[in-house]
Amino acid sequence: MKVLEAAAVSLSLLAPEQGAAVLLPDGGSAAVFLLHDGSVHAVGNLDPFYGAPVICHGIVGDRSGAPTVASPLGKQVFCLRTGRCLDVPGVALPVFDVLVRDGVIRLSSSGNTGEMTVGT
Amino acid sequence: MSARTDATHVVVVGHGMVGHRFVEALTARDDAGQFRVTVLAEERRPAYDRVALSSFFDGADEAALRLPPLDRVPGLDLRLGVRAESVDLDRKVVRTSAGASLPYDELVLATGSYPFVPPVPGHDAPGCFVYRTLDDLEEIRFAAARALRAADDGSERAPDGPSPQRASAPAVGVVVGGGLLGLEAANALRLLGLAPHVVELAPHLMAVQVDEGGGALLGRLVTDLGVTVHCGSATVRVVTDPVSGQATGVDLADGTRIDTPVVVFAAGVRPRDDLARAAGLPLGPRGGVAVDSSCRSAADPHVWAIGEVAALDGQVFGLVAPGYAMAETAADRMLGGAATFPGADLSTKLKLLGVDVASFGDAHGRTPGALSVVLNDPVRQAYGKLVVSDDARTLLGGVLVGDASRYALLRPLVGSPLPSDPAALLAPEDAAAGAGGSGLAALPDSAQLCSCNAVTKGTLLSAIAGGSASDVAGLKACTRAGTGCGSCVPALKQLLVSAGVEQSTALCEHFAASRAELFEIVASTAIATFTELVTRHGRGRGCDICKPAVASILASLHTGDHILDGERGALQDTNDRHLANMQRNGTYSVVPRIPGGEITPAKLKVIAEVAEDFGLYTKITGGQRIDLLGARLEELPLIWQRLTDAGFESGHAYGKALRTVKSCVGSTWCRYGVQDSVGLAIELELRYRGLRSPHKLKGGVSGCARECAEARSKDFGIIATEAGWNLYVGGNGGFRPRHAELLVSDVPRDELIAILDRFLMFYIRTADRLQRTAAWVEAMDGGLAHLRDVIVHDSLGVCAALEAAMAAHVAGYRDEWRAVLSDPRRLAKFASFVNAPGHPDPDISFTVERDQRIPAPARPLLDVEPR
Ligand SMILES: Cc1cc2nc3c(=O)[nH]c(=O)nc-3n(C[C@H](O)[C@H](O)[C@H](O)COP(=O)(O)OP(=O)(O)OC[C@H]3O[C@@H](n4cnc5c(N)ncnc54)[C@H](O)[C@@H]3O)c2cc1C
Ligand code: SF4
Ligand code: FES
Repeated sequence: MKVLEAAAVSLSLLAPEQGAAVLLPDGGSAAVFLLHDGSVHAVGNLDPFYGAPVICHGIVGDRSGAPTVASPLGKQVFCLRTGRCLDVPGVALPVFDVLVRDGVIRLSSSGNTGEMTVGT
Repeated sequence: MSARTDATHVVVVGHGMVGHRFVEALTARDDAGQFRVTVLAEERRPAYDRVALSSFFDGADEAALRLPPLDRVPGLDLRLGVRAESVDLDRKVVRTSAGASLPYDELVLATGSYPFVPPVPGHDAPGCFVYRTLDDLEEIRFAAARALRAADDGSERAPDGPSPQRASAPAVGVVVGGGLLGLEAANALRLLGLAPHVVELAPHLMAVQVDEGGGALLGRLVTDLGVTVHCGSATVRVVTDPVSGQATGVDLADGTRIDTPVVVFAAGVRPRDDLARAAGLPLGPRGGVAVDSSCRSAADPHVWAIGEVAALDGQVFGLVAPGYAMAETAADRMLGGAATFPGADLSTKLKLLGVDVASFGDAHGRTPGALSVVLNDPVRQAYGKLVVSDDARTLLGGVLVGDASRYALLRPLVGSPLPSDPAALLAPEDAAAGAGGSGLAALPDSAQLCSCNAVTKGTLLSAIAGGSASDVAGLKACTRAGTGCGSCVPALKQLLVSAGVEQSTALCEHFAASRAELFEIVASTAIATFTELVTRHGRGRGCDICKPAVASILASLHTGDHILDGERGALQDTNDRHLANMQRNGTYSVVPRIPGGEITPAKLKVIAEVAEDFGLYTKITGGQRIDLLGARLEELPLIWQRLTDAGFESGHAYGKALRTVKSCVGSTWCRYGVQDSVGLAIELELRYRGLRSPHKLKGGVSGCARECAEARSKDFGIIATEAGWNLYVGGNGGFRPRHAELLVSDVPRDELIAILDRFLMFYIRTADRLQRTAAWVEAMDGGLAHLRDVIVHDSLGVCAALEAAMAAHVAGYRDEWRAVLSDPRRLAKFASFVNAPGHPDPDISFTVERDQRIPAPARPLLDVEPR
């Protein structure tokens, strides 16, 4: 019972609570975060307020227990689980599905961003 | 309390919900350190809330589902990812998958169940899943996303093909099994965007819990929600792609084929009694380790079984509440108590796909002579059935579908005489009875707010009043309320609000202390990391408020360490993170340090060349430097290298740190000048560069009272006099300009520097987060006079310490940009993409204005103004 192999980023490239940008096949990017508890989250990298690809550089933390990232430009805080902006209602980042197996992170989104292949 | 060496060694196999509860129950009461516990956990993660597993698809992640950690249990040995392979009952040893042989005194089997997968051809093809663990759900989510994308691609290609306008068929997901688990899985697939089909062998859904009438209504309601139901159908095989082996569909016995890349088996569970079976322990007739009412194996008094793997009188219990009761029973017995597990009824009330379903007592009317009363209300879409004794006086059980609001009232009545006519009990609740229900205040203290854990309103109120809980997390920790299905959490919140739990003046939700208090904590302890500080003096994982504040404190107190190393890197704010100023389009600016604003023509040329080579926009700043804007992240190290080679360092135009010390030309050239203002400004800028502070710091030095350097608009401003220097502090430009005030006059250079050292360090130690020196002096008790007492007259006896702290800063200063260039791990942080480190980000583009490159017009993705 396995998902067929999709593509991947090596987990070892991530530092805890420091985001990294992953280039997607369509030229867009995802911001990927390894959290303190070992979980991995991925959201869209474009700051919706500025249109700049910077979410991966935001400070990771939590608000009321939910993992968050703050935009490095405007400091709006986004929930890493849902992508929702917790400061401005109605704004959200796209959320990617993340599967981590054997040290390899695979991203996938139900939108039209493609899957990823990345070496170490 | 630590475990004694003669302690009884308890080995628990399985760290699921029940094994976890057992360890909690045993160790909570083990004051004498009588027990030493080892837990073998096959899953890679510590115990989590399996009952709430499906909330994973509503956004809950592993952290949210995790059960309270056992890290306070002394001597607990939790071995994650380690399976028990076999048990030797005679030698009392467990062999583990890691190759260890673990001797035990008491062995507790809490291995739960495994999903039953009908052995149809193709059942193990890629694309087939079960629904039991977080790993399973992660894989399902991933497969669903792939399936959706594949369907999308298909429909996009359609217009080119010959068939006109092929309707984009939604991707289908199939669930085999129409019970509780199957319907949860169907809902999960629906949340993931697939069109779910449920295949059930029995003639109606949830055949175990509800009768045919209830099942029929359930089927209708679920169909309305977009689930396709195939009842009375057997799955005969999973169709697979001949090349990839991937599942592409399922075939039903009636010949139906459902095309689908995702098949979830949820056809029931079986106890994981393989260890016990191999060891020769007696099992129940339908599996499960046979235990007596103390949860001990019938054959070996040192082996216990609890949770789904245990069978009492031949019956296994597939719910968590009986499992918890078994855990408490076994723990109590080991501690010398006499608790018994009497068995449990499998009453359940659920909301499946938004439909209420409840079943309690003898739901199927199997008691001899039992009668049933049915109310089937197609208008209200509600079905209710009561099973009563042959004399119609005693309630035996029942089924409710569509509206289960009567469950709370009816379930406790099982076995008791009926208070009224059975039909009346099923009739819709009248409005009057329902009205007062929502007001939490109206409930008596004895009312159970959390039914999963039997916690009353009174218990919660006293936890709040007693100060042991000030938020939901606190209530969960001390009462367990809200840790089951979670449906009571809104009520818990409401209770906290109405109890008026105090609002604190803390730094943020993670620290109750202020910045100055945290500074003292870090200064007076050996704490050197954020994690340690937040663990010992805060909560949670921090945020964009406390992390940079702590980063600054750590930078002030541990001056030798690089701000990007280890965990420190994750604390840095926007600009500090990459040692350059982030601009609105995600590029950076570099501002080479030009101390005092003095620069040679040769160095000016280098700046010009770097700007040209990297296409940087250049502008003269107010701090007597040159700003180079528009560098991409991956270009920063290249730019720094060029600057470093020419004898520059990059500078702080960012960060809560010293920016520049501005100066006029002073006595060297100016005919009015009385002192060398440039020389002093350079000395001060080099002395205080890299100094991290609560807010940015600026300085200025003027060579005479004409004040051409505008020094009094700075945090520290120095104006030359015939006899020495006047020092002014607390000035501010910005949006509330303020002139610096005279602190000391006519002091010689050395004394000036000593006082300035103390001033800056005192500010760093005691100011609030983001409090400029102006606001700090204004807010100070006693104001400037007090400040003068402390740092000039040493009224607090801290001057020596302040000077020593500054001396440590000066001695510890390193060029932080150069330190990046020589370290591959630090350099790695300057990659545009982890998977394409030097690839320019296509989302960054430029245009030209007045012959220079500027950001292309912003393309914000929405019409909301940034704050
Ligand atoms: C989707 C879903 C929804 C549910 N909803 C409800 C509900 O609404 N209400 C309700 O009451 N119940 C519900 N249940 C059932 C409930 O989750 C179980 O009754 C409960 O988790 C049983 O706990 P347990 O500790 O006995 O077994 P588990 O939680 O299954 O834990 C057993 C653990 O032991 C490990 N293990 C097994 N063998 C070994 C070995 N040899 N060595 C080491 N480790 C081993 C397993 O990997 C597992 O982690 C639901 C279950 C599922 C899957
Ligand atoms: S402040 Fe005095 S010394 Fe400096 S430039 Fe102005 S006039 Fe000359
Ligand atoms: S957790 Fe289920 S009611 Fe409280």
